[in-house]
Amino acid sequence: MNPHPVLSVHGLACARGDRTLFTDLGFELAGGELLMVQGGNGQGKTSLLRLLTGLSGPVAGEVRWRGEAIAKSREAFHRDMAYLAHANGIKEDLTPLENLRFQAGLAGRGFDTDAAEQALRKLGLARCLDLPARVLSFGQRRRVALAGLLIASALLWIMDEPLTGLDVRGVALVESLLREHLQRGGMVVMTTHQALTLDGASVRTLQVGRREDA
Amino acid sequence: MSINWYKFSAPASFYGLAGRLAPWFAWAAALLTVVGLYLGFFVAPTDFQQGEAYRVIFIHVPAAWMSMFIYLVMAAWAAIGLAFNTRLSFMMARALAPTGAMFTFVALWTGAFWGKPMWGAWWVWDARLTSELILLFLYVGIMALWAAIDDPRRGDKAGALLALIGAINVPIIYFSVQWWNTLHQGSSIKPTGSSMDEVMLAGMLIMAFAAWFYTAAVAFVRVRRIILERERHTEWVKHVLESA
Amino acid sequence: MLGFLLTVIRRDLLLAARRRGDWLTAQFFFVMVVSLFPLGIGPEPELLKRIAPGVVWVAATLASLLSLSRLFADDHRDGSLEQMLLSPEPAVLLALGKAIAHWLIYGIPLLLVAPVLGIQFALPAEAIGVLVLSLAIGTPILSLLGAVGAALTLGLRGGGVLLTLLILPLYVPALIFGAGAVDAMLAGTGVEANLSLLGAFFMLSLLVAPWVSAAALRVSME
Repeated sequence: MNPHPVLSVHGLACARGDRTLFTDLGFELAGGELLMVQGGNGQGKTSLLRLLTGLSGPVAGEVRWRGEAIAKSREAFHRDMAYLAHANGIKEDLTPLENLRFQAGLAGRGFDTDAAEQALRKLGLARCLDLPARVLSFGQRRRVALAGLLIASALLWIMDEPLTGLDVRGVALVESLLREHLQRGGMVVMTTHQALTLDGASVRTLQVGRREDA
Repeated sequence: MSINWYKFSAPASFYGLAGRLAPWFAWAAALLTVVGLYLGFFVAPTDFQQGEAYRVIFIHVPAAWMSMFIYLVMAAWAAIGLAFNTRLSFMMARALAPTGAMFTFVALWTGAFWGKPMWGAWWVWDARLTSELILLFLYVGIMALWAAIDDPRRGDKAGALLALIGAINVPIIYFSVQWWNTLHQGSSIKPTGSSMDEVMLAGMLIMAFAAWFYTAAVAFVRVRRIILERERHTEWVKHVLESA
Repeated sequence: MLGFLLTVIRRDLLLAARRRGDWLTAQFFFVMVVSLFPLGIGPEPELLKRIAPGVVWVAATLASLLSLSRLFADDHRDGSLEQMLLSPEPAVLLALGKAIAHWLIYGIPLLLVAPVLGIQFALPAEAIGVLVLSLAIGTPILSLLGAVGAALTLGLRGGGVLLTLLILPLYVPALIFGAGAVDAMLAGTGVEANLSLLGAFFMLSLLVAPWVSAAALRVSME
């Protein structure tokens, strides 16, 4: 086990309707580590990620950030955390740059236009800076959301299927982003159905729900 | 298994308690109803102004009292549920709402029967009747919200929040309707409270207690059904259902 | 804190400016509902004058509910509501900001249209003044209380109709005091009492509603 876990989860239980998805789930995560959440459809991967973000509350157990329950230190936790959900959180009527600006404002962060443009360029959106997000393809919107993740400069990334809708180059890009983030001491909790090559990074896996034997 | 057993056990133990109490409350309600109706319909004197028709107040007034009282009790359960996250309180709130709506409806219906001989119309925009009507809307809103939300946890809390903001609003609505009524010089004929006979008062109080016991009995029966439905996957419910 | 609130408001204003169609729909709905009444009951000026305050106020509540059903729904659908709730800033400011933005976008235009409708209904000038004033105090109440309903019905089947069912009874005091003020003006009795009661109801809504909306948002997002 890690000497200094930053994110720790204790005895977590989750129910959807009257189905119990998982009980007594626990893990610890320290800087520079990536946790790959595995499990079949409907086994509670997304539910687990939402519990970790604090969007929903567990039936039992708790999530701790730097040793404190996130329900108590919500503000500090949300300053350090960025969540890439299934939905991109991109407003269709705003340009990518405007989207990032409002995201920063809503997260209570300062906004550096140059840094944001740089992030968008890095994700291959150099030609889309002034277009409304409506005209962007699904994969391009995903890239805008990823750019938002980059400039959020959060310690913990929680990513729900970040590779959905991305082409081969997009996947490679995400891999390099993840590696950089981990090298800087960042942490990642993510789910994905696609293969990911993260050589050199410390990757752990967590199985959610029953194993897929049937 | 590290499920919080405290939360799970409360409904289980209450299930038994409610089952034992419900028949007693039902009998008390039946007994009091018989006594109250006897007092109201045979002992109480005929009103010299309103004749025999006034006797509907032995149902109307207790129903109107209960309709408001149940809303407040429901909101109180909702507040307890939100404050302490106790699942049983939400279930009690859910179990009470239909009875509250029923009494509101009865109050409106009997009010119409009373209004016809009193005012010569089935419906007048009297302050009390109008408030009852809006109260019925509030009950309908809460029950519609519960019906629309499939997830019990979300439904519980959403309904509770609505009940709470409704409860804060009820006195304001009541006051505003009174205000509106005096402003428009409506048919603000007050029920003749001056010559309230002691027998009449006793009859109404007994009927109010009967309604209270009835509400409790029905709520217990209903909360048992809700508990069984919610906990149908737990061991103790399977045990209960098998032994039955 | 204030920066966050202003960002929430500015964002909604910009989005509304980019989608003027939605905005115009709500305004025309208001005008149309009001205009149907003379067609339904006849053009006698005395009669119209009597019903004008009530008609305009009822139409205002319906128009606000029409736009309120989408207050959080759009942000919910594209995932930005989740992101906003994950902000370190308190959710109550988010709820307050959304309600303020709704009032700026949909409430203020009602105030501007109301005098024209007042003229159509043969209201005297002073009564039109009171009507606008009562709407100015009252429409924020509609936005604040309506936000609670919008948060509670988020993502539900038939959310729009359900919202109406939940929230209309809560609007009753605003309707009574608001329309009552104009009535009092027409009847020659003082309008102050009605307007102060309306103001008190506004203050109470301002203090209570954002907290309940914020709690409702969290419940609905679980």
